[in-house]
Amino acid sequence: MSLTRQDVEKVALLARLKFDDEGLDKMTSHMVQIVEYVDKLSELNTDDVEPMAHALDVFNALAEDEPRASLPREEALRNAPKNDDEYFRVPAVLGE
Amino acid sequence: MSELPYEIVIGLEVHVQLKTNTKLFCRCSTAFGSPPNTQTCPVCLGMPGSLPVMNKKAYFLGMKTALALHCGIPKFTKWDRKNYFYPDLPKGYQTSQFDLPMSEEGYLDIKSTKDEFEPRRVRIIRAHLEEDAGKSIHDEAAGKADSRIDLNRTGTPLLEIVSYPDMRSAAEAKAYMQELRLLLTYLDVSDCNMQEGSLRCDANVNLHITTDDGVIATPIVEIKNMNSFRSVERGINYEAKRQYDVWQETGKVLGELPKQTRGWDDSAQVTRSQREKEESADYRYFPCPDLIPVVVTDEQIDEVRHEIGDLPAALRDRLESEYDLTTYTADVIVNQGLGFVEYYLELAAASGDNKLAGNWVQGEVLRILNDLEIGISDFGVSAAALAELLKLIQAGDLDSSKAKDVFTVMLESGKSAAAVVEDLGIEKVDESALEDLCRLLVERNQRIVDDVKNGNEKAVGALIGQAKKENPNVNPGQVRQICLDIINSL
Amino acid sequence: MSIIQKTATEQLALLQAGELTSVELTQAYLDRIEQVDGSIGAFLRVESDSALQQAATIDAKRSAGDSLGKLAGLPVAIKDILCTKDTPTTCGSRMLEHFQPPYNATAVEKLLSADAVILGRTNMDEFAMGSSTENSAYQTTQNPWDITRIPGGSSGGAAACVAADMAPLSLGTDTGGSIRQPAALCGCVGLKPTYGRVSRYGLIAFASSLDQIGPLARTVDDTALLLEVLAGYDPLDSTSVNRETPAYSQTVHQPLEGLTLGVVEQHFSEGIDAEVATSVQQAIQVYQSLGATIKSIEMPHADYGIATYYIIAPCEASSNLARYDGAHYGYRTDQAEVLAELAEDGSDEGPLVRMYRKTRSEGFGSEVQRRIMLGTYALSEGYYEAFYLKALKVRRLIRQDYDRAFEQVDLIIGPVTANPAFAKGEKTSDPMAMYLEDLYTVTANLAGVAGISLPCGFTSAGLPVGLQLQSAPFEEEKLLRAAQMYQSATDFHSRRPELS
Ligand SMILES: [Mg+2]
Ligand SMILES: [Zn+2]
Repeated sequence: MSLTRQDVEKVALLARLKFDDEGLDKMTSHMVQIVEYVDKLSELNTDDVEPMAHALDVFNALAEDEPRASLPREEALRNAPKNDDEYFRVPAVLGE
Repeated sequence: MSELPYEIVIGLEVHVQLKTNTKLFCRCSTAFGSPPNTQTCPVCLGMPGSLPVMNKKAYFLGMKTALALHCGIPKFTKWDRKNYFYPDLPKGYQTSQFDLPMSEEGYLDIKSTKDEFEPRRVRIIRAHLEEDAGKSIHDEAAGKADSRIDLNRTGTPLLEIVSYPDMRSAAEAKAYMQELRLLLTYLDVSDCNMQEGSLRCDANVNLHITTDDGVIATPIVEIKNMNSFRSVERGINYEAKRQYDVWQETGKVLGELPKQTRGWDDSAQVTRSQREKEESADYRYFPCPDLIPVVVTDEQIDEVRHEIGDLPAALRDRLESEYDLTTYTADVIVNQGLGFVEYYLELAAASGDNKLAGNWVQGEVLRILNDLEIGISDFGVSAAALAELLKLIQAGDLDSSKAKDVFTVMLESGKSAAAVVEDLGIEKVDESALEDLCRLLVERNQRIVDDVKNGNEKAVGALIGQAKKENPNVNPGQVRQICLDIINSL
Repeated sequence: MSIIQKTATEQLALLQAGELTSVELTQAYLDRIEQVDGSIGAFLRVESDSALQQAATIDAKRSAGDSLGKLAGLPVAIKDILCTKDTPTTCGSRMLEHFQPPYNATAVEKLLSADAVILGRTNMDEFAMGSSTENSAYQTTQNPWDITRIPGGSSGGAAACVAADMAPLSLGTDTGGSIRQPAALCGCVGLKPTYGRVSRYGLIAFASSLDQIGPLARTVDDTALLLEVLAGYDPLDSTSVNRETPAYSQTVHQPLEGLTLGVVEQHFSEGIDAEVATSVQQAIQVYQSLGATIKSIEMPHADYGIATYYIIAPCEASSNLARYDGAHYGYRTDQAEVLAELAEDGSDEGPLVRMYRKTRSEGFGSEVQRRIMLGTYALSEGYYEAFYLKALKVRRLIRQDYDRAFEQVDLIIGPVTANPAFAKGEKTSDPMAMYLEDLYTVTANLAGVAGISLPCGFTSAGLPVGLQLQSAPFEEEKLLRAAQMYQSATDFHSRRPELS
């Protein structure tokens, strides 16, 4: 399971990150090293083991359908890098 | 339809907005139409540190719907994250259900009243809960100006109902959507307002084409944004034709191209490629660590099952078998919704004439509802009041055209049938006087008598016209019968 | 003895007796911060004005005879990862440099309703990713015992401020050891509660299934006091558990009869510093002399803890940190630059995707980017089963190790770290070496059990050594009582670093 520079580039797009050539080399070598280390899990036979996503044995955290106050719009937009007092503003989704 | 050189294979993914007061994971209101970004909180804004808490009502409305679709309800269900970047998805993932949905394996039966297709059972793979995204408003000149983002809708509970690819024509897909919508209306789990987006449909479509070398399948395309029954039908038909053309041109079959996503453009009536959706297709699903699983008991499932009242399919059967209505009439009545069915049932019971009641609701009542663009709950004549009118018809006191006049006045005035009959001066004609009149008319019209005797029963119609001139209150049906009896006895 | 050298419990008694005001106490800490934090760098922001204001309000309430909360008048420092309404909360990241949450974390609400005084925000590794606090986007924090060394991390500021007497109590978070490791390296007490004991609402997530908020203090009884305030069910956090919170501060002084402690042999095998090993062994002997039974136990999957952790935590982080995309809050790259680049290179990547990628590459530091990359990779098509799913299964095996151990013993005793505090810059270029810092601590997070770190000695170079006790889920009371037994018999906790 060798991790290539191209793989890392693909993952970077998926993660919405971007590296220059040097950064990509460094990231690749670090990831290779870490992936090699964590691959030690493959030593273990886990065929009959239930995966454990939570460290809790509780279920059913369900809330009643009762409305509570929302944030005033100024509060909701306050931290936005760009807004027009009504909407969040982002660069166009589609490029032309 | 069957002359097409291909068979269309269709599976639908329908997103239903559930009728809750609050969002799936926070307690912001789900009301439609508020000013942009006024229904948000740290949770649905995806603010750092905020955490989701599942809406109990959404879960149980989902279960109710799933049960009505004959789905099984697993005892254990969990929540997963579907990761992708889009500005209407503030957390960078949609909380949905992946490998252990809240329900699976059901079906919905569809049939055509216009004989467009054979009755079909469309199997359901699963129905699962997930949160809605917000709304992006793109500038007309795409790519030039900013997109605007409104997060009011973000986090609204959706039930995604995924069918098997069991449909074979656009008409079937449309019928499936209509039947599903009707079911949801009966269950009262959604507003089902397609214009407001509370019922949305994506379709997976490909073709099976018979060639000299056997049947080939074209690559599957997912069509998005079909937000009316009409666009479901048109979008699928457009896409089928497009796929056929592409296949003729390229010869590419299933497996030779990745699954494509195309959006239905309703104004241009075409599907267009949505490349940006495909690029991020590795969703990296994994269990949401912020939400714990839901475990239900048999008792809870039974409780929800008992809350489900009469559903369209069962009601249609009942109206046909118990009430002796035609398939068509039963269908028309059931398709109007539960309130309309209840109106019919009350009318049938009170009037004692199932068929007559069926004809009246399907005819006069429905015509007026459509004219006034109102629902049965706003209709001015109660089933009990209408039943009184039907009784007068049955007793022969009113012919159907008179009865319609009376009905019109009842609707305008709110008076009872008896009161309107009196107001209009409609008097019952004495039986012996009517017989005398008929005898007189038969005597005067030898030619008609001859015609009838020669087998032309319709000729008697002229006598009815004459009788009405003599006495406007006569019942045409009665006149006809008496005249025929007299002629036959001659 | 200066007032700031007293423990929080002692200070509280003085406040209650009317022999000390909160304003005096708060001012004393502000003076101390002014005096020493220049060389330590524990605080990102000191909130002097609001702290003195809060202190004055509490003093006024006290003199009016109003009822007061459990921490009335005591200053508390907060790790900059907990949301505080309308004031900056940066998580040690450029990404959140100007972020002001519109709400309070539940833990912060609990402090406020306990009438604590919030002193300021402590430094941390960016998004809690790190073991040295060198990954903060703003500053490094120095170990008060040797300012050429790291204080541990990610709650490095939280531990250093307590160790240097700049706060009597502080709040940290622990995802793989981020409370216990800095507590050990700075010579204070730090407790990671059972997963679900303390609400995570308002804690900026790193790895949601592992993160817990916990107390840091100089002594075990102070730790008990703060935990008592923090713990409890919160309907806003689906993973908080609805259980009674024991009165830890009331029971902490009761010794445990017939205590059985488990020792894991591997903890003392290769890699552990000899002086650290000796201090921990001696601590075990102290327990023996206090009547405890020592039992050797097996944790067969402990060695897989780091590998398991460095799959699960990055996977969750890659998703948790997807929200930082420059759209709704936080840092956004210069939009004009994005459009200019777009015009130049003519590739088919649209303005939005460019904005995302540039924003995230500029806003996140290299360690955060590395973990996002790892997690994205481990969850991606074709790798999910081999990495993520496999790690979830090994996580179960680790939990089962704990379950079996706690059938035989009350608590597990051992080291917190293999080495004392290392030199600044020593491990920054070798991520794997840094990750191995968490060897003894990550398994508690994976299993969801509780753990405490307390001072148990010093190396010949004068660096603190930590002792770790771990308990079965929701047995924090036992953990604290056992820790207090040791503390009563030793005086490592009362030693102070010399700071000019
Ligand atoms: Mg979906
Ligand atoms: Zn909300």
